[in-house]
Amino acid sequence: MNNSFRNSARLAWAALRALLVLTVVTGVIYPLAVWGVAQAAFNDKANGSQVKVDGKAVGSSLLGQNFNLPKKNPNDPKETAQPDPKWFQPRPSAAGTDGYDTTASGASNLGPTNPQLVQTVNDRRKQVAEFNGVSPSAVPVDAVTASGSGLDPDISPEYAKIQANRVAKARHLDPAKVAQLVADHTDGRQLGFLGQPTVNVLQLNIALQQLAG
Amino acid sequence: MSPIFADVLQVSALIVALALVYVPLGDYMAGVYSSKKHLRVERWIYRSIGANPDTEMRWPAYLRGVLAFSVISVLFLYLLQRIQNHLPGSLGFAAVTPQQAFNTAASFVTNTNWQSYSGETTMGHVVQTGGLAVQNFVSAAVGIAVAIALVRGFARSRTGDLGNFWSDLVRTTVRILLPLSFIAAIVLVACGAIENFGNWHDLTTLGGGSQGMPVGSVASQEAIKELGTNGGGFFNANSAHPFENPNAFTNLFEIFLILAIPFALTRTFGKMVGSVKQGYAILAAMFVIWIGFVVLMTWSEMAHPGAALQAAGGAMEGKEQRFGVGGSSLFAVSTTLTSTGAVDAAHSSLTGLGGGIAMLSMMLGELAPGGTGSGLYGMLIMAIIAVFIAGLMVGRTPEYLGKKIGGREIKFAACYILITPAVALIFTAASMALPTPIHSAANPGAHGFSEVLYAFTSAANNNGSAFAGLNANTDWYNTMIGLAVILGRFLPMVFVLALAGSLAEQRPVPETAGTLRTEKPLFAGLLVGTVLIVTGLTYFPALALGPIAEGLS
Repeated sequence: MNNSFRNSARLAWAALRALLVLTVVTGVIYPLAVWGVAQAAFNDKANGSQVKVDGKAVGSSLLGQNFNLPKKNPNDPKETAQPDPKWFQPRPSAAGTDGYDTTASGASNLGPTNPQLVQTVNDRRKQVAEFNGVSPSAVPVDAVTASGSGLDPDISPEYAKIQANRVAKARHLDPAKVAQLVADHTDGRQLGFLGQPTVNVLQLNIALQQLAG
Repeated sequence: MSPIFADVLQVSALIVALALVYVPLGDYMAGVYSSKKHLRVERWIYRSIGANPDTEMRWPAYLRGVLAFSVISVLFLYLLQRIQNHLPGSLGFAAVTPQQAFNTAASFVTNTNWQSYSGETTMGHVVQTGGLAVQNFVSAAVGIAVAIALVRGFARSRTGDLGNFWSDLVRTTVRILLPLSFIAAIVLVACGAIENFGNWHDLTTLGGGSQGMPVGSVASQEAIKELGTNGGGFFNANSAHPFENPNAFTNLFEIFLILAIPFALTRTFGKMVGSVKQGYAILAAMFVIWIGFVVLMTWSEMAHPGAALQAAGGAMEGKEQRFGVGGSSLFAVSTTLTSTGAVDAAHSSLTGLGGGIAMLSMMLGELAPGGTGSGLYGMLIMAIIAVFIAGLMVGRTPEYLGKKIGGREIKFAACYILITPAVALIFTAASMALPTPIHSAANPGAHGFSEVLYAFTSAANNNGSAFAGLNANTDWYNTMIGLAVILGRFLPMVFVLALAGSLAEQRPVPETAGTLRTEKPLFAGLLVGTVLIVTGLTYFPALALGPIAEGLS
């Protein structure tokens, strides 16, 4: 009995030492090595691919963000944020109460037959169609669904196109120029066959701001 | 280019990439476990442990090593989370609560990586890097070590020796996982995954709002998270988060990382038992199931049945624009057919059939190609069952790789395939029968049941993905899921190692004209059939109540 206890203790001691030494190798040396290379060779990306306007960081090109009108009463939790017609709008987001909250990344997790999701999708379609002055059937799928991360930086080229006229009108710009801007910021599938065509909303809006002057 | 054609190209590119690394990686791993030499860094590690890496262990000793290392790991990780508020780089986060810390520790040590917390608001730098990421390495290494012990059971005879656990653990970490992870991490950073130890700070957005900038050693953890089939997201959104998975290329790259080792281990197996063709037969069975499920899942997601998805005009709820339906379907199948559980889309919002396939993938026991190590030993157990069934059909004592499959071996194999469904189904039934646990479900009706069934299937099979609508951060789910991952991980390992010991003791049976040719396509087909029938029959009633009912409604 005494012997078997001593054996177990010896084994546990060996296991603890194994864990500690492997923690040093995989939990200290390895991440520091990756960090060193990343910071030296890919400094910009390792720190979040931040995008600057006039020298000031306004976000990350990889993270979506809201383009809403200021709330009338910021302390009222019931007031929902309204989209600002002067900007291209991102996809709906389930991250946080107002969406695009980086401290609460995630999806709606609503099931494919959930009546609440059916209602939400129909409401969004109506809202997007009215907001952009297009027919409900012209509203693409990404405009009425929340993404997996709630931080999707992209929209489909179709969603960008139906927003162009509304943005041009709100900013008193030539619609053809705004449409051209959308075309310039449309990325095809990566390498021609990976994923889907995208338009990065933040980059597009930065270009839009420059166009407006 | 049509979306379907692009998707076919995407899947083909993945298969080509996997085929290219299959032989070199498989042979390299076989070399790692057969080599007599120790690297200098390994000698230093053995000295620190106080273990002699050249001592051969019989199965009870090997098992004791596995269990001791895992128990210590759970305690250490639990403690690390409980004292987080006192650690540097805690980012101001409090100590994790006892139930959640137990759940998380059990989950990461068992290679499950179920998460009832969200990383961005719970875990600081030290717990992420020095606790969770470390278990990503070593839990994967433990899985591979046990698989290699079983392979040695087939390869050796008239000895009970299965190798040395410490040596297998250290070599897997140092020679396989570390170098591959390092390369993968650099690729991910180059594509936009972050790698820093900064502090969260708020930026003023272009539209005048405010947004926090996430920080962390994401790329280094993401690499081993996929490569070790762990799956625990740095952030709550897991691989859907742009800082974990920045673009369509990294999405495919991460799927490649998930599948590379589990597939290549079949080559390692073939090499070590002296016939690479035996490895090909196992590989063929794994590949047929994987590609079949990929086609089914992609078809279902593209057809997008379900009232909400019909109203939206596509199955994009919970999916990222840059990946699309094709990339997300491929990821969902690959993560649930391995023990990964990382997600790049919300599985709860998959179509009824798609969610059912994700669940069935895990129910098969995650063996096509399965987790690092656990996939290979899972499939080899199934091969034993298949050989046994074939033996019954022709009335001959079954044998596999020159070893007799007698009553003892079949008992171990049967216990192995029964334990996981028993844990998953009994725990699900208990959750449905008790008054409170069902309130955690976010969706009504059949989908609510699916959420609970998915959770325990995921836990018992050490997957870790979720129908994330379920609020699992309750005392009941934290505790029961923590128990399920431990039972689902270590009980099967006991049977695998006992089986390995029993096989290693046998003297080889000479091959005769009547021996079932287990390297032929016929056997691969029999193996696929066995896998589907055994698990299909076990889980069909539960599936009928959840995803099938939902798919028909």
